Amino acid sequence: MARVKLEGQWYGLDEGESVLDGLLRGGVRVPHSCRAGACQSCLMRAEGGAVPAKAQVGLKETLKARGYFLSCACHPEGDLEVAGAGAELRVPARIATLERLSDSVLCVRLRPEKPLEYRAGQYVSLIRADGLARSYSLASQPHEDTLELHVRRTAGGRMSGWLFDEARPGDALELQGPAGECFYVPGRPEQPLLLAGTGTGLAPLYGILQDALSHGHTGPIWLFHGALEPSGLYLVEELRALQSCYSQFQYRPCVLKGQERVGVTVGALDAVIKEACPRPAGWRAWLCGDPSLVLSLRKKLFLAGLSLKDLHADAFLPSTPPPQEGVEVSGRASDASR
Amino acid sequence: MSTNVAEKKSSLYEQIGGEPAMEAAVDLFYRKVLSDERISHFFEDVDMERQSAKQKAFLTMVCGGPSAYSGKDMRKGHAHLVQRGLNDTHFDAVVEHLSATLLELGVAKPLVEQVLAIAGGARADVLDR
Ligand SMILES: Cc1cc2nc3c(=O)[nH]c(=O)nc-3n(C[C@H](O)[C@H](O)[C@H](O)COP(=O)(O)OP(=O)(O)OC[C@H]3O[C@@H](n4cnc5c(N)ncnc54)[C@H](O)[C@@H]3O)c2cc1C
Ligand code: HEM
Ligand code: FES
Repeated sequence: MARVKLEGQWYGLDEGESVLDGLLRGGVRVPHSCRAGACQSCLMRAEGGAVPAKAQVGLKETLKARGYFLSCACHPEGDLEVAGAGAELRVPARIATLERLSDSVLCVRLRPEKPLEYRAGQYVSLIRADGLARSYSLASQPHEDTLELHVRRTAGGRMSGWLFDEARPGDALELQGPAGECFYVPGRPEQPLLLAGTGTGLAPLYGILQDALSHGHTGPIWLFHGALEPSGLYLVEELRALQSCYSQFQYRPCVLKGQERVGVTVGALDAVIKEACPRPAGWRAWLCGDPSLVLSLRKKLFLAGLSLKDLHADAFLPSTPPPQEGVEVSGRASDASR
Repeated sequence: MSTNVAEKKSSLYEQIGGEPAMEAAVDLFYRKVLSDERISHFFEDVDMERQSAKQKAFLTMVCGGPSAYSGKDMRKGHAHLVQRGLNDTHFDAVVEHLSATLLELGVAKPLVEQVLAIAGGARADVLDR
């Protein structure tokens, strides 16, 4: 049986159990959300023992080299000594402003206590004082003095509900990251770009769009923003204004349901994209938002001729509770003695 | 003797174009197998990067490139697919796409023949017979 040592205490792992699940079962509080290797909330550091390569997929080389790994994706062969992500990776921040972009989307601006090096479109984990962690993508540009996040209200959602209803400017949080490959890399300014997303998948795309424009990207840039209904669209005026300033930029808001009206296409996002961009071979693309849509779009675009290395996708995977809990882990570290 | 075989193999790989050729071939090949309804279900994977890396390992191996897989590995590596019904028809489809991919990239026919011979040699292991 594999074992994990944390703060002087050993925790046994069941057959097939991840380090994260084993520690949570032992009552240890480890920030986590997706439990699927996508959000990077569950980062830990190995101090002894071998970390399987699978547990470091998607991590920056500098983090890998220092022994960091994703505890939800870590199934060690033998004993592993670990430590929590720690202060060296986290940046304290305060909420600067909270502003509604629509009924269901909140713009959260955060002021980190020290500068965060990031690229627009990457994501950070937001860690609340009680340890609740969720990832959000960055819509702002690094030169701005605050970080901009777009948070969609999830029914019964713990982090989004708190941000919408209780959080106030000045509240303290911690940030971990940035992470992810969804950003603009300057070069090949004539290459057509395709940005597509649903809901708050617009956040990283908005950041990437402005990054590309400010780098003088001259090739066509298509932005498809999908929502169920017109009320799910936001930043519509801002994006239309950008479209009238930059002739290479095409903004296509679309909704699945509702009346046809000026400037909004009704239809499924993939069909709308296919009609507007029938031959995307050789393009670069970024896909963000609803996981199943992101994955199916990625496959379709790959089959339509985009190279995998030009396809960047961030699936906004929801939180999933650990197997034995089904509800929020409320255990405290001291419960580990049970 | 064995060095001779190795040299011959690496020269096939080199003639095809080595690593850069594999890099160019993998997108084409992966696209073909994913579009082929006879076999696409074997290759569906939410992690397309990982799947693509495996296809590259496949291409490198059959093109005579540096490969760490033994016949036993091939048996083990495809056993779960044989359980799901992998048979000669599927094997032939993969070989078909392999051939088309290389020809599309401009690899000379005699070299493609050599690749297909290596692939054919793996049939018994892959189908676990
Ligand atoms: C890489 C990454 C980037 C992300 N970026 C953003 C972003 O920029 N903006 C943003 O708004 N969100 C983003 N998310 C999603 C975000 O991290 C949270 O999952 C989301 O805000 C819900 O958290 P919550 O605490 O409010 O709800 P929770 O308390 O986690 O959820 C409440 C319940 O709803 C379920 N649930 C939540 N979301 C969904 C869903 N989409 N589909 C089905 N069930 C669901 C949960 O499983 C749970 O049962 C991102 C996620 C990832 C992995
Ligand atoms: C020509 C003979 C073949 C050879 C030499 C071969 C070789 C390989 C190699 C080297 C890998 C990578 C293994 C790894 O790194 O894990 C692999 C994986 C795979 N092969 Fe083959 N292969 C052959 C035929 C086929 C056929 C006919 C199919 C199905 C139609 C197939 C389906 C797969 C799949 C789905 C994987 C990935 C398995 C996984 O994700 O676990 N292969 N193969
Ligand atoms: S990456 Fe481990 S919980 Fe999301």
